[in-house]
Amino acid sequence: MAMTALLVDGLSVRFGSFQAIDDLSLAIDYGEVRAVIGPNGAGKTTLLDVISGITRPKQGRVLFDGAHEIVGRSEAAIARAGIRRKFQKPSVFEGLSVRQHIAIGADVGFRSRLDTPALEDRVGEVLETVRLADKADALAGALSHGQKQWLEIGMVLASEPKVLMLDEPVAGLTDEETERTASLVRALKRPDRAIVVVEHDMDFVERIADRVTVLHEGRTLFEGSMDRVRADPAVVEVYLGR
Amino acid sequence: MKRWTADWPFLGLVGLLVVVALAMALFAGTPFGLSRYLANAIGQLAAFAVLALSLDLIWGYLGILSLGHGLFFAVGGYVVAMYLLKHSFVVTGTVPDFLQFMGWKDFPFYWAGFDFFPYALLAAVVVTLLIAGVFGYVSFRSRVSGVYFAIITQALVYVAMLLMFRNDTGFGGNNGMTGFTVMFGWPMGTSGMITGLAVASLVVLAGVLVGCRWLVGSRFGALMLATRDDETRLRTLGYETLRLKLTVWCLSAVIAMIAGMLYVPQVGIINPRLLSPELSLEIAVWVAIGGRGHLVGAVIGALLVNAVKFWLSSAAPDVWPFILSGLIVLVVLVFPNGLIDLARLKLVRPMGPKRIAAEVGEAR
Repeated sequence: MAMTALLVDGLSVRFGSFQAIDDLSLAIDYGEVRAVIGPNGAGKTTLLDVISGITRPKQGRVLFDGAHEIVGRSEAAIARAGIRRKFQKPSVFEGLSVRQHIAIGADVGFRSRLDTPALEDRVGEVLETVRLADKADALAGALSHGQKQWLEIGMVLASEPKVLMLDEPVAGLTDEETERTASLVRALKRPDRAIVVVEHDMDFVERIADRVTVLHEGRTLFEGSMDRVRADPAVVEVYLGR
Repeated sequence: MKRWTADWPFLGLVGLLVVVALAMALFAGTPFGLSRYLANAIGQLAAFAVLALSLDLIWGYLGILSLGHGLFFAVGGYVVAMYLLKHSFVVTGTVPDFLQFMGWKDFPFYWAGFDFFPYALLAAVVVTLLIAGVFGYVSFRSRVSGVYFAIITQALVYVAMLLMFRNDTGFGGNNGMTGFTVMFGWPMGTSGMITGLAVASLVVLAGVLVGCRWLVGSRFGALMLATRDDETRLRTLGYETLRLKLTVWCLSAVIAMIAGMLYVPQVGIINPRLLSPELSLEIAVWVAIGGRGHLVGAVIGALLVNAVKFWLSSAAPDVWPFILSGLIVLVVLVFPNGLIDLARLKLVRPMGPKRIAAEVGEAR
């Protein structure tokens, strides 16, 4: 019995005359790793923007946990509900240390509930998971591109999110770093968590995804396992052209 | 951020301020004491440094540039001027010039109670929080930021200036307010009063510096830096950055207001020129020259630029605008982080044009 973590229903987003998302519906279950792929402009990042509250859709709804409407709520409220997202461009705070990032991600509030032993433990745990323990006191601005990607994953992971959205987690990484990220994503999979990954790297997607949704011009073109995606003539045509 | 116990520039500056304040207090009236002119200049410089800190707090640490901080500075200035005039009137019976000029028999009703300093102080805080709170809430809520926010703040201070230039507002109009004769029951203009005000300014400066250092070193300070570096990122981690920005914005406004309260009794006059866009722009220049995002830098920038300005405005008033413009060009082109860049270069290795170019390139 897989419960629906996110239910996107009849979603449409327009930017001027450009229809970024066109009457899109899809369901993502707890326990799965879902990859969302598609050519540039297919609406992948826009979909994540709507779910994280950054973009307001023209119409449609997004239900979290089967019941809670999240369209119209603030980014912060959506994040506090348990939906966290890593951005396409690694978004870290250049002036803060690695440890501070994880602590900020783990604990929501302006007061200093930060130095408690429980939090220290949590930060240490997350740093181990994303393998940045030896960089704990480095400033984020001094990290390599790959390390920034992991730091951001660690930051969104620290709060134990129910829905984890990763926008291009391996863009610009070396093969070895991609490998590490793939095993990290697999390790993050849990029965009470849905993971959504937007990615262009098909080999990476094949390694991590349980199911794949192919978007094209704001609509679902195909949904299924990766080998069926590769075999589908419509997908091949969209990707390879004629 | 370094622990404060290891932050030598900060400790050194606080120590210096305290020592100067103590020395001025101890040697006042003795042959070792400073001249009235010098003591007064130090007091004014300290008030400007407090003003610079208020801007650095939101610009350097939160990434919000205000080009209208003169507004809050002027609120403090006008309120303290009202206190001084009303108090002087109560003690000596002197009728303020502007009342005679307008042919008014009595103070406008909203001057009631201003001879009682705690009430005036409270009024200044309330007015500052009201202006900053409403303006900040509306702007931050509609996500106005960056250069647009800076332009609106500039417009705001300009509107305030036009308002205060009107003679019928009851705040002195274009002539402003002057003729302060008594403060806290003591005559103004004596060397004791001048030293007292200067020492008070130094003490407040040291206090504000310590307070700001504590704030930016706290968890809240880390969240301020996070807001500056990537606000959307912080918001999507569950933080309502609106509240954070509004809090720091209001705090900054109150600090600027306090600076105004220190400044006006020491120059002995306030007029709407305090609200001119030039002053508000200049505050940003002090901070930029000293090094934005560094509390010590902001203080040093304000002290340095204004010390040069004091000296030049008597020695060669015509060249001051050129010097100031030259400093701005130098900072923008060569030292994007202000004097802090200079300090770092010296500490690390001897200076050479190539080194500077390389370092500055990295810093960008």
